Amino acid sequence: MRVVLAEDLFLLRDGLVRLLQAYDFEIAAAVETGPELARALAELEPDVAVVDVRLPPTHTDEGLQCALDARRDRPGLPVLVLSQHVEQLYARELLADGTGGVGYLLKDRVFDAEQFVDAVRRVAAGGTAMDPQVIQQLLSRRAADDNRPLGRLTPRELEVLELMAQGRSNAAIAEKLVVTERAIAKHTSNIFAKLGLEVSDDDNRRVLAVLAYLDQDR
Amino acid sequence: MTTEAKNGSGSGNGGTRVRGVARAALRGLGLALVVLPGAVTCFVLSVVSIALIPVGVGIVTTPWVLTGVRAYADWRRVLAAEWCGVPIPSAYRPLPKDANPWTRTFGMLRDPATWRDLWWLPVDMTAGFVTALLSAALLFYPLEGFAVAAGLWRVLPDGYWYGFVHVTDQASAFGAATLGLALLFFTPFLTPRLLEGHFRLARAVLTSGQGELAERVRVLTETRRDAVDTSAAELRRIERDLHDGAQARLVAMGMDLGTIEVLVEKDPEQAKRLLAQARQSSAEALTELRELVRGIHPPVLAERGLGDAVRALALRLPVATEVSVELPGRVDAPVESAAYFAVSEVLTNAVKHSGADRIWVDLHHTDEGGAVLRISVTDNGRGGAAIGAGSGLAGVERRLGTFDGVLAVSSPAGGPTMVTMEIPCALS
Repeated sequence: MRVVLAEDLFLLRDGLVRLLQAYDFEIAAAVETGPELARALAELEPDVAVVDVRLPPTHTDEGLQCALDARRDRPGLPVLVLSQHVEQLYARELLADGTGGVGYLLKDRVFDAEQFVDAVRRVAAGGTAMDPQVIQQLLSRRAADDNRPLGRLTPRELEVLELMAQGRSNAAIAEKLVVTERAIAKHTSNIFAKLGLEVSDDDNRRVLAVLAYLDQDR
Repeated sequence: MTTEAKNGSGSGNGGTRVRGVARAALRGLGLALVVLPGAVTCFVLSVVSIALIPVGVGIVTTPWVLTGVRAYADWRRVLAAEWCGVPIPSAYRPLPKDANPWTRTFGMLRDPATWRDLWWLPVDMTAGFVTALLSAALLFYPLEGFAVAAGLWRVLPDGYWYGFVHVTDQASAFGAATLGLALLFFTPFLTPRLLEGHFRLARAVLTSGQGELAERVRVLTETRRDAVDTSAAELRRIERDLHDGAQARLVAMGMDLGTIEVLVEKDPEQAKRLLAQARQSSAEALTELRELVRGIHPPVLAERGLGDAVRALALRLPVATEVSVELPGRVDAPVESAAYFAVSEVLTNAVKHSGADRIWVDLHHTDEGGAVLRISVTDNGRGGAAIGAGSGLAGVERRLGTFDGVLAVSSPAGGPTMVTMEIPCALS
């Protein structure tokens, strides 16, 4: 699997390259500035891009903008965005086109190599990987909602919803909660019924529906 | 900054003009009635009190008397601004709060503003009194002329003079009325001017010519002190947070790693456990640093500017918040940061205390009357917010002061609450 990596700090870039290579990814390019990233994304056609939000030369949200631009040119181009901080605002922009193949994680998540690599693979496959912090913010906002549809969920269902919104498959959720996949499937259909969402067999579409539901304005 | 139209000399329709003139005349009358006894009392008390200083009694009484004089002068300053739009800056030197009578007395006497006050009192009781009285007389004297013509002349003592008209019979009474009419012709023009003249006179005597400058210096000194205090406190807080937080965790991590080095062959199980602990420590250190950075300068502010930073902030609130932004450019970095934290504080206040279920934030930049960043935060909560001591709003006001920014709160009981902030600034 070919990866384009954009990170301006040498130590982190180097570490990420080694981490990804250790898991048999092929590093097509490891760049450090926005313009380089734009070129790499256009010319190298990677399977997935791992991009830091803040890049030179402006040190603003250059990386995020590059990723969004590239996805406009090539809809569905898998991009995993990394940052020192997560903002719902950015998550919303990344998810806006509704095509999936998007990840948005705190840099801390690379500490857990297994999970991080899993997120990269998921995004490359057109799935979603949202940082638990983003999801928690979304959930706490919705929990303060007046008619509180989330209040009708059981604690277990909330837990499943949270993991589902992060982009995990039923199998992964089952493993994490140490239950059978059938149990998770049952929870999932309950959640969808309680929130009034349409059930979909497609994992990706399911995640996007949940995220759209959580992020809608009240 | 003048409110010329207020006193009726500006253009307007007939009704408001008449009302304006009548109001000016009544105000003049009121002033004349208060000015003479007020100024005389203040002046006499001041002179006596200062004269008694060598005896000792004066040291105790002078601060009281001079404070009274200042209150009297300040009252006139307020009237000047409210009635005629004549600003008279108040530029007394601040006195230490817990000073003894001695320092208070001599502190006050060393202040040139005190001597300007004392010089103003005799002017006020003479020229000030006359201008105020004249502005009233110009309306009431003609009215008396009409009254004389209408029959009042019959009860007046013989040989009553109305102006230069000797009133003896109905014919001469009509003469008086004619004179009154002629006078009345000037009234709409002169009465407001005289009243304004009264305040301009007070301003001429009360300000040193450098009064506005002195006031500006005072404000700058105060806001600078606030800014220095706040930033020192901020640095202290950051130092403490780093010292007790991230730094301590890194020490713990280093220690764990050292232990792991020793244990890795002797007791691999224990080494693994410590490794997990070290990783946990590093994750916690990162979380703490992230929070700290957010408190110093939120990354989204650096990345996106004020508008999106406030939008991102709104998305974190538990209350539904609508943000509208109209900023055609980036605001200067220091102003941006101050504005962000001001909005953040006001929003936190609204969420905590108002009980609102909706908040609206409006951010826009206008060039009308100087380039200004205007921010309003409105909630539909229970109201009753005030810029009191110790409230978050007072802190916001102080911090905005560094940028010559101002804050106004409108929060009637029952709501809604609207906090408006204005900071002069240009866009880049």
